[in-house]
Amino acid sequence: MSLMNWIDDRFPLTKVWQEHMAQYYAPKNFNIWYYFGSLALVVLVLQIVTGILLTMHYKPDADLAFASVEYIMRDVPAGWFIRYLHGVGSSMFFLMVYLHMFRAMLYGSHRNPRELIWLLGIVIYVALMAEAFFGYLLPWGNMSYWGAQVIVSLFGAIPWIGEPLAEWIRGDFVISDATLNRFFAFHVILLPLLLALLVYLHIVALHKVGSNNPDGIEIKKNKDKDGIPVDGIPFHPYYTVKDTFGVAVFMTVFLGIVFFVPELDGWFLEKDNFAPADILQTPPEIVPLWYLTPYYSILRAVTFEWLPGGAKLWGVIAMGAAIVMFFFLPWLDRAKVRSIRYRGWMYKTMLMLFAVDFVMLGYLGTVNPGHVNLVWFKNVTWAQIGLVIYFAFFLLMPIYTKLDRTKPEPDRVR
Amino acid sequence: MTDQVNSGRRRLLTTVTTSVGLAGAAALTVPLVASMKPSARALAAGAPVEVEIDDLAPGQMKVVEWRGKPVWILRRTEEMLAEMASITGHLSDPDSQVTEQQPAYAQNEHRSIRPDVLVVLGVCTHLGCAPSKAFDKGRASGLGDDWVGGFFCPCHGSTFDLSGRVYKNVPAPTNLVVPPHSYVSDNRIIIGVDEKEATA
Repeated sequence: MSLMNWIDDRFPLTKVWQEHMAQYYAPKNFNIWYYFGSLALVVLVLQIVTGILLTMHYKPDADLAFASVEYIMRDVPAGWFIRYLHGVGSSMFFLMVYLHMFRAMLYGSHRNPRELIWLLGIVIYVALMAEAFFGYLLPWGNMSYWGAQVIVSLFGAIPWIGEPLAEWIRGDFVISDATLNRFFAFHVILLPLLLALLVYLHIVALHKVGSNNPDGIEIKKNKDKDGIPVDGIPFHPYYTVKDTFGVAVFMTVFLGIVFFVPELDGWFLEKDNFAPADILQTPPEIVPLWYLTPYYSILRAVTFEWLPGGAKLWGVIAMGAAIVMFFFLPWLDRAKVRSIRYRGWMYKTMLMLFAVDFVMLGYLGTVNPGHVNLVWFKNVTWAQIGLVIYFAFFLLMPIYTKLDRTKPEPDRVR
Repeated sequence: MTDQVNSGRRRLLTTVTTSVGLAGAAALTVPLVASMKPSARALAAGAPVEVEIDDLAPGQMKVVEWRGKPVWILRRTEEMLAEMASITGHLSDPDSQVTEQQPAYAQNEHRSIRPDVLVVLGVCTHLGCAPSKAFDKGRASGLGDDWVGGFFCPCHGSTFDLSGRVYKNVPAPTNLVVPPHSYVSDNRIIIGVDEKEATA
């Protein structure tokens, strides 16, 4: 093909295609857990496309924003569909990312030599939380307004620089038009650019070392005479086809939600956000969307007045520390094996306990801390128990992964 | 001239170029960062607000907006003032020791210039929610049999008395903020101007 030759002399198109698709060898034993990375990428693309279309009709102005969202819902052709895709998409993005992260913790994908992939992934996760937070203010509903008020106030808890910092973020003494305008800039320019760059780096790092797999062993140790891993299969066509199937199943579920329950009874779009922002009236309970509630729960769980500096400051510190813990995971894990398949009962127990704990904290973040929603204790007491389990999972990891009795790893993937 | 590389000179020039470049980049960030601070318009919107209070009957409260924040003006009854004296044991800072929370002229028993008229920001000192009125006493308030009336923050359950003083063992760390304010005349308050400035 002369056109391809012409391009290849000027741009390494064939080379890139072969290195990263047709001759990129991935382990042959990927299971269902390996769908979520590619699905997260699909949602990212979908968010960018629907986001661009939404900016054509949305007005980042405190007087116009709420009405412009309703205009999109009612008057723009298919506007409701695009907005619901974007809103449900944000929740699905987090769902995919959480499952993708859990996959890594199941099979040890964060372990040497893949620490940088993990670190870049956690930075993506943090950037995604910021992206979601900034986006949530844009409809200028009452929950948008007060949610932003509470989260920006958290910065005010930092000693000395707190208040000026919060003012600098808001561009005003309270959440206002200035804040809305800049959050729009962050949401549609800054963080999407950052996310695209980080996702690119995440994949570059992945392709340098190659994928882990459910057995947690290196397929590159076992190559045939051509230097191809015997347990590897080319990414294209094998995994492109597998991932396409995954996308089809995912879109069925995703569109089912978009068409039939786009608000998911307040879980994906909160009921209080259907009223415009009112600076004099707080919603009865200020609650972030489900994907941030585990950390919100940790923030609210710290009620110990005797701590030096006060409970508020330590709540913010605990919340920050809860996220920072993830960065240290590759070095906290001291087990000789990577995969859960060859680990002992201790890691298995702790990981399951952590998963249940994370979901429980997430639930507790959505209910009144003073009430009793789970048996026995008040919600805040459960959240305090959850906080202890959360940090124990990370901080005791060097001990229990070392003590754990692991099974020998196989030579070949199963 | 010589073919020898003068490495000392090269190092000096590299250092100087890098330093000037970094200094330039650092200088450039100053206006960029400053552009995100509250604008002149936002600062102007923080201008003082005048409020008439002659229509405010004892026990009534009105809410006005200053710097985009709700300001509560509450005229307390004799009974309210008397009952507050009995609950100081339940309060975290009954004597308003935290000086940042009120101007010096409001650091007194009633946290106000006139004993009956309270002026506070209706912004919870925990995370900035708007507390709501809980003036009903006792069980009807839902805040316990010994509740004498005050404010309740629905977000995280902080409680304040009718002087904006925070109760013990709630998430809010400090009393509600008393904004700078003063009396222009007997029944006219200006919010945003200190007492001293107004008379000067």
